[in-house]
Amino acid sequence: MTLFKRPGFWISVLFAIVAAVGPWWISAYFLGVLTVAYYFGVFAMSWDLLFGYAGEVNFGPTALIGLGAYGAAMLNFFYGVSIPVCIIFGAVVAVVGGLLLAVPALRLTGPYFGVVTLVAVLLLQNVIVIFAKYTGGEIGMTTQSVLSINTAVNYEYALGFLVICTIILYGLSRSPLGLILQSIGQDATEASALGFNVTKHKIAAFCVSALFSGLAGGMMVFYMGTASVGTVISISIDVQVIIMAVLGGRRTIVGSVLGAVFIIMANELLRPLGQLNTFVVSGIALAVILFFPDGFLGAILHRRSA
Amino acid sequence: MHLALQILIDGFAISSLYALGAVGFTLIFGVSGVLNLSHGGIMVVAAVVGWLVAGNTALGPWGGAGLGILAGLATAYVTYFVVVRPIQNSKAIPHNETEIFVLTGTLLWGIMIQVGLDYLFTDNPVTMLPLIKGVTNIGGVRTPTNEILLAVISWIVIGLLWMLINRTRTGKALLAAAINPRGLTLLGTDLSSIHFLVWTVYGLLAGLAGVLLASFLGTSTANAGDLTASAFAIVIMGGLGSVSGSVLAAYIVGYIETLTVYLISPTLRPIPALILLVIVIYLRPQGILGRR
Repeated sequence: MTLFKRPGFWISVLFAIVAAVGPWWISAYFLGVLTVAYYFGVFAMSWDLLFGYAGEVNFGPTALIGLGAYGAAMLNFFYGVSIPVCIIFGAVVAVVGGLLLAVPALRLTGPYFGVVTLVAVLLLQNVIVIFAKYTGGEIGMTTQSVLSINTAVNYEYALGFLVICTIILYGLSRSPLGLILQSIGQDATEASALGFNVTKHKIAAFCVSALFSGLAGGMMVFYMGTASVGTVISISIDVQVIIMAVLGGRRTIVGSVLGAVFIIMANELLRPLGQLNTFVVSGIALAVILFFPDGFLGAILHRRSA
Repeated sequence: MHLALQILIDGFAISSLYALGAVGFTLIFGVSGVLNLSHGGIMVVAAVVGWLVAGNTALGPWGGAGLGILAGLATAYVTYFVVVRPIQNSKAIPHNETEIFVLTGTLLWGIMIQVGLDYLFTDNPVTMLPLIKGVTNIGGVRTPTNEILLAVISWIVIGLLWMLINRTRTGKALLAAAINPRGLTLLGTDLSSIHFLVWTVYGLLAGLAGVLLASFLGTSTANAGDLTASAFAIVIMGGLGSVSGSVLAAYIVGYIETLTVYLISPTLRPIPALILLVIVIYLRPQGILGRR
């Protein structure tokens, strides 16, 4: 296995171990912050699989995240079903909803696919507000159960989830499927000339992206104990997810995790700036895009290969 | 009958504003392929500056409107020179990914504008003093004269733009740049001066739309995202890059929204237009009047 000879692999393992013993050296407050960051890491990785590999820009990742989150939350709220079943149900809802959205939309190219996904977020938001009787409307809904009330346990759940998702998504991106997606992203015409069904592969990528977004959305709902429009279905969350993936380094999967941790931590550490906090974080992200368009991880990898 | 007339008048005014906002947006896409997601931010800059000047200085609403438009223009220039051009010229960004980088970059810049305005001025809704006081009676519907004025201004400006594009040499160059930039360069026209021109026109239009919006309905920095989204939706519906398509779509969206507000419920305002947008995208992805 060449994987075990790559320094990147061992660095990742080291990071994972350092993170796993987090509860011994990180304050409870920052454990909570990192927990959220880890879920966002999964959001950003799912987005990167679709953009970085299949070349499709999904402007509405929260449409998928929200479907997963609300699917899980509603099943739990109305029927009191156990958490794992709810999360899986939420993920199924996200995949089915994603398919309904993607199958017609993937016929479109360029900015149009992005627009459909963006509109999907706006529509979903409105639907949730209109059917407030079932969804809690703008206030949101509280779940009957939560993952745990212990910060450290919640943290380990999130970390474990992140690690599993990273392994699967990274593995996928390096698998034959990932290579085909990459070739489609670079030149769809040539890929289809080589005999690959472009639409089928893109839909497969979209399903995988929806599956993981939905799972992560469900997990986050049971971590927070609530699902609300502002936390899982909003354009500003969409923007954050996209920025995390681009900032960490697109087409790297693992970079998204760095981006997520960076953005969430920066938001938290700059909180004393008050209103200017968002200004500074956006400014940093803009500067990175302008000067290091390959992101954190991309910059490191490029330097090594150059 | 009275209600029908009311809907007709209000729908016309709001649609004219939408048209003004969307025309500039579609123009820069047509000519330079840029989807500027800081559009709402630029409109709000103009609105806030207009409101500040009109309310706090002796210049009054007209002076406020003028300075507001200039502020919109200045912000558009910053967007172009600091965000868009460096991304377009960057060697590190692959050509086929320029689009997503411009989108992300302008989105971030839009957020910076919005938060910056919140910090420097106010995040409360601002309403500029009307340009003209008084009320006009149109067939029994009492309409603020200001509302009529802004529809007239919008149409004059759209008319001027039409003249510029279709009746002048510069306009021909703009059209040519939209159709075949390489051909235009071969004929000896400097493409970057065309881009500069189109951003100037865009800045003036977005600034004017922002100022008029502030004097009609009022606006707040929190609206920046919605304004971008509605311009985006209108432009996609009308056909990216098509000026007349955008005007048409602006009226469709404006009237659908007004009908929804009056006949169904104000809370449902954006929904029918969004559904229509999805239908248009599926059935005719290039938009109503768009080219393939």
